[in-house]
Amino acid sequence: MELKFDIVGGDFNLAGRASSKIKKVLKQLGIDPKIIKRIVVAVYEAEVNVVAHSVGGRLFAQINSSEINVRVVDDGPGITNIEQAMTVGFSTASKEVREMGFGAGMGLPNIKKNTDEMTIESELEKGTSLSFTNRF
Amino acid sequence: MKVSDLVEKFDLKVFSGENGLQNEIKGGYVSDLLSDVMGNAAEGEVWITLQTHQNVMAIASLKDLAAVILVKDLQPDEDTLKHSKEEGIPLLGTSMETFDMAGRLYRELEK
Repeated sequence: MELKFDIVGGDFNLAGRASSKIKKVLKQLGIDPKIIKRIVVAVYEAEVNVVAHSVGGRLFAQINSSEINVRVVDDGPGITNIEQAMTVGFSTASKEVREMGFGAGMGLPNIKKNTDEMTIESELEKGTSLSFTNRF
Repeated sequence: MKVSDLVEKFDLKVFSGENGLQNEIKGGYVSDLLSDVMGNAAEGEVWITLQTHQNVMAIASLKDLAAVILVKDLQPDEDTLKHSKEEGIPLLGTSMETFDMAGRLYRELEK
């Protein structure tokens, strides 16, 4: 099964749409609630990252009987230093985004912590591609 | 302890999400950083915060929280009310500051 979501850059109202839908689907499939909880954290953070930092992108979730694979692709601006972006507390979020309680530099670390595998690739001015997998 | 007991005990305002007033409270979480709540809050907890926008309810729903309490008489945004209603997660309010509200909730849950 593949689910696809468009994520609009800057639109926080829709953040949580993909994670909410994926949570429902996994529940219906009878996946272990502990695993669902971890995936939901990762997907939500990935959505918020695209909303807060990029011009927009797409999220694809592939689910089969043994695992879920999520791929999040955006159209820029890309991450200057991925190692830095992975550091807890480091963020390039705007003042407005921080005032909402986002941009604490916890997003990518939260994703890493809650997934079995995670890879991130980024090219400046082109975009970022993030993939993660959780096994059931 | 149910959310309705908490409302009665501390005279909390119920903004919306009345359907969830029978939710059982398993603990509390205090934070205004959404990723912190996303990463660390647990199912059945009451979240005390000063954030009033609708992402608060998105997180409360994703994390299966028992209720959200807005402190210092802060008013929720229109979208936040709507989301609370749709999800059936009570959105509550108090004139207390976070420290006082959290302290009272903690004492109550320790009983």
